[in-house]
Amino acid sequence: MTMIDTIQNIFAYDFMRNALFASLLVGVVCGLIGTLVVLNRIVFLGGGIAHAAYGGIGLAYYFGQDPMLGAILFSILSALGMGLVHLRTKTRSDTLIGVMWSIGMAVGIIFVSLTPGFKADLMSYLFGSLLAVSGADLQLMALVMLLVIVFVVLFYRSLLAISFDETFSTVRNLPVAALYLMMLVMIGLTVVVAMRVVGLIMVIAMLTIPPATANLFLKDMKGMMLLSVGLSWLFSGVGLVLSFTLNLQAGSVIILVAALSYLAAGGYKKLSVHPKP
Amino acid sequence: MTGQAVIELKDVWAGYEGDRVLEAVNFRMEAGDYVGLIGPNGGGKTTLIKVILGLIKPERGSVRVMGVSPEKGRHFIGYVPQIQPGDRAFPIKVWDVVSMGRLKPHLLQNLHLSDSDKNIVERSLRQMDILDLAKRSINELSGGQRQRVTIARALAAEPKILMLDEPTSSVDSRSSSQMYDLLAELNQSISILLISHDLTAISTYVKTIGCVNRRLVYSGQKEITSEMLGTAYECPVDLVAHGLPHRVLPSHQEEDDHD
Repeated sequence: MTMIDTIQNIFAYDFMRNALFASLLVGVVCGLIGTLVVLNRIVFLGGGIAHAAYGGIGLAYYFGQDPMLGAILFSILSALGMGLVHLRTKTRSDTLIGVMWSIGMAVGIIFVSLTPGFKADLMSYLFGSLLAVSGADLQLMALVMLLVIVFVVLFYRSLLAISFDETFSTVRNLPVAALYLMMLVMIGLTVVVAMRVVGLIMVIAMLTIPPATANLFLKDMKGMMLLSVGLSWLFSGVGLVLSFTLNLQAGSVIILVAALSYLAAGGYKKLSVHPKP
Repeated sequence: MTGQAVIELKDVWAGYEGDRVLEAVNFRMEAGDYVGLIGPNGGGKTTLIKVILGLIKPERGSVRVMGVSPEKGRHFIGYVPQIQPGDRAFPIKVWDVVSMGRLKPHLLQNLHLSDSDKNIVERSLRQMDILDLAKRSINELSGGQRQRVTIARALAAEPKILMLDEPTSSVDSRSSSQMYDLLAELNQSISILLISHDLTAISTYVKTIGCVNRRLVYSGQKEITSEMLGTAYECPVDLVAHGLPHRVLPSHQEEDDHD
């Protein structure tokens, strides 16, 4: 009873309601796209896109534009760039992704330091600022969520095919490269909206922990996607309430809630599986 | 009498970034053929498959699949890749794997599986005798069952040519011989190209044998010729190691117990 009261009190604040809406929207995006990231084993690529986006933030800041615009532009461009690198050079792609990752950060830091004046809110792009989510942010999140849902629902069979067996999909003449690049653009957009919640440094966690947890229990992609969305909601909801009551930074608490749940689920799975004689 | 060539390679040279793997390969396979190609690991078997599937472009020479370029002709090929142990972690059900045989070249054609597609998937599962596994996750299957799933997926594409890469690498000998019986049955309507490093496993079942080691020696016979032994030196090593069925050797090298 008192707990429900507490939660009601917490979400009486506008900024807390916005934070909750943001978590729900981003949870859908991360659950669907994160599952693809995990199954395609391109977590590192996702991290690369997130950090390259900082270059766009720095540039937009320097030229007095909206940093979100710079982030969107840079994450889409870096997603396409890394996608092409990945498609062309299968073997050394991790090195090149690492290079782009660093270039993005370096460009961002240089332009931010060149920009005169007070820039405290830049930290929010690194570590997230769930409690400062604006109406415009929510609109962008809703738009990205719609795009991602349409993308995944329309192309589900083809996405499953390229994730499972790229060569066989190519032999069936599926447009593997085009689909792959579209997927990476969706990852780019996902990174931008997830950045508002947990910051670009922890975006990888938002993308990977819910699907990885879901994968412990479910053995098909559709189920993994749906459970990942649910888990994202759970982790963000619990994290949000905890961060408010403990007066801690929201993004970090959400990530820790997610990570601890994942570890606990993994431990439970290990213990509950009876080894074959 | 020569029939229609389903796969034809003329003077094909191929490799990776200057590292030449195949040289002057000529190969012709006709409808109804059942060809087994053997060769040592690293001898270019996989490269040959990739060239036929249009996954790598040859430096020189021409490749034709059903009379057209590999990119256009490869949808006639039911490709059965070698099973990699690492694939096991992917969460997917048997039905969904086999459905991939029905993938079409345009994304919007793949929104859902049509009723006729479903019938073909079901038929392929039944053909491989794994319809009861349809709802199972592939991670729960044995090596032999998994191999049947990949063949069923290839069959679901309604292929003219079945192309198998090391089909028995993760299969025990009993299910391996069962699988070869099935392939012999399928060969009544589909041409088969089978590639393996293990001669003894395939020599009993295929109609004709060739040998790949940088160059391809293939003359449409079921005998290992002395030319094969010479060109692809490692082949006889493989033979000695595995023990050689008599009827594969030409008569002047072994007692005369084949036709």
